Amino acid sequence: MVLKVIRNIRIGIKTLMLHKLRSLLTTLGVVFGVSSVIAMLAVGEGASREALERIRKLGSNIIILSSEKPMEDDAATRETSLMSIYGLLYDDELRIKESIPYVIRTVPVRTMRKEARLGQRSMELRVMGTTPDWFDLVKRPLLAGRLLNIQDMERLAPVCVLTERGARRLLATQNTIGEYIRIGSDSFEVVGILEGDDGTGGTQRLDRDGDVYIPMNTALQRFGERILQRATGALELELVELHQIIVEVESTEKVEIVAEAIHAMLQRFHPREDYRIEVPLALLRQAEETRRTFNIVLGSIAGISLLVGGIGIMNIMLASVTERTREIGIRRAIGAKQRQIIGQFLIETVVLSSLGGLIGLGIGALIPWIITQAAGMPTYITPYSLVLAVGISVSIGVIFGLYPAVRAARLDPITALRHE
Amino acid sequence: MNNGAIIQLEDVHKFYPMGRQGVHALAGVTLDFQPGSFWAVMGASGSGKSTLLNLLGCLDRPTSGRFSLGGKDISLLDDDELSELRLRHLGFIFQSFNLIPQMSLSENIELPLYYQGYHAHESVSRALELAERVGLGDRLDHRPTELSGGQQQRVAIARALANDPDILLADEPTGNLDTETSGQIMSLLTELNQQGKTIIMVTHERDIANHAKHRLHMRDGIIDSIE
Ligand SMILES: Nc1ncnc2c1ncn2[C@@H]1O[C@H](COP(=O)(O)OP(=O)(O)O)[C@@H](O)[C@H]1O
Ligand SMILES: [Mg+2]
Repeated sequence: MVLKVIRNIRIGIKTLMLHKLRSLLTTLGVVFGVSSVIAMLAVGEGASREALERIRKLGSNIIILSSEKPMEDDAATRETSLMSIYGLLYDDELRIKESIPYVIRTVPVRTMRKEARLGQRSMELRVMGTTPDWFDLVKRPLLAGRLLNIQDMERLAPVCVLTERGARRLLATQNTIGEYIRIGSDSFEVVGILEGDDGTGGTQRLDRDGDVYIPMNTALQRFGERILQRATGALELELVELHQIIVEVESTEKVEIVAEAIHAMLQRFHPREDYRIEVPLALLRQAEETRRTFNIVLGSIAGISLLVGGIGIMNIMLASVTERTREIGIRRAIGAKQRQIIGQFLIETVVLSSLGGLIGLGIGALIPWIITQAAGMPTYITPYSLVLAVGISVSIGVIFGLYPAVRAARLDPITALRHE
Repeated sequence: MNNGAIIQLEDVHKFYPMGRQGVHALAGVTLDFQPGSFWAVMGASGSGKSTLLNLLGCLDRPTSGRFSLGGKDISLLDDDELSELRLRHLGFIFQSFNLIPQMSLSENIELPLYYQGYHAHESVSRALELAERVGLGDRLDHRPTELSGGQQQRVAIARALANDPDILLADEPTGNLDTETSGQIMSLLTELNQQGKTIIMVTHERDIANHAKHRLHMRDGIIDSIE
């Protein structure tokens, strides 16, 4: 049985090879259709995978608030001073912790750029003052030593946790715990080394390679309550209290309500939008939105291409049946049953559409790659989409090949034999 | 009823509803064909020769009358069963050879075997055997168009023999051939008849018909005379 099918497929391929160009052109519709389907699935899958990855790294019950310099900086402020004051406040954190329901805890982050040195070596680090809870929420592997703890906070200990890159640059080795480095004008003991963010976690806003973490209290004591620093590339000075507040919510279902409540609360105290609220869970929803849009666009292209392709194939097969009427008559006279004629033409059509499917598969795998290269959009080709592509092309062959095949089989043998 | 005949026709009619009153291609044919006989069917053009042959070949069914083949009543069979009869018991030879041009000689000869479900290697060796029998054993991978008419007809005969049929049906097998090649084809058919095949051949040429043991003359869809 299998042997017979293989033999039939071989014969089908041979017949199609007689009209190489015609066969190839006929498959174009299926080629476009299948490649659209694959591209569509790859884009959708890529978007939701990215969102899921973020959620996996950060948890789905997290809200990230970040200070952001408002676009329309108040004209009055700019006239009176060169300083722009914006961003999240210590009070914001308190208010969130105390007045918003379902909030389990909040983690403040202050960021400042400081020169760090050890002996001859020096580099600019991003110093992050935060609480031990930070390490709970941003789960990243500890490579050596320990994390910051409550005692560090209480003792205002001059200790720090370095990320890999800083450790390699400053300590020249990865695992030297207990060294003292200078940050600004203060000395800090390196108590731990943390893996850097590989950049895929979407936590770029939370941390970066070349970061160093110090206890929040220590940061307040050593570097002041407010952070004054030169804005990049301008003379302007910026005054920011907190750069980030990470909010942990009781459960995933409550995340969006809480985010809304926080937004409403912040609006009361911040006349300008000088903060940003990011809900990783919402990113997933956004990814679903992207997926849906792409599905509609590419799905329509795919549908139309497949329909046109199918009709094209049907057309060619009808022409083929007419051209080969006499052959059909001969086969019938020799003893071929109607269903064997149907089988012959159906296999030919399926081979044709599968050929289109295969080419489409190749192109379809290429499109997501181009999208990723050109637009930086994440894409992912699932094995399932390849199976689907093969399924679609075979189905197109069967659906649009059936009518020509049945027509061939129904020909009257005598009339067919007389056909010129 | 059964008198040992391989084919029995009893008041067979074939009516084509064409034009205002239609055409009676066969208007009541009653005849028995004995196994191993060799018949030539003669008559003017349009007298119903091909219609008769197509009927005998189970490519068509009579409008009325009884037609049995090997004791089986054809009118009771469906399309699949008729195909099966053609596949197992009948061989066709046509005036225009009717080889499939895209296929090699071997593939043409193998076609009936393919439908009988032969394995590829079995059918290839059988095709070689048959091609040798008609004197074309060295040309198996050629295309039909690379051969002369006489050679093509010999391939067609090889194909008709592939299923080892009881009955060979030939519609003007020498119609497209010159006298010499016609002679070769006729001696091949005579040989096959001597080996036991029942042969029924349509022709309008007297000297071709003379190779047969019996001659049937048709006129306007009925049997005019038998000699
Ligand atoms: N499929 C058909 N439809 C209509 N008329 C037909 C058909 N086949 C044959 N005929 C008619 O039947 C008659 C006998 O035809 P045929 O058997 O082909 O004659 P012969 O082979 O003796 O020349 C002719 O008049 C022919 O026109
Ligand atoms: Mg005729």
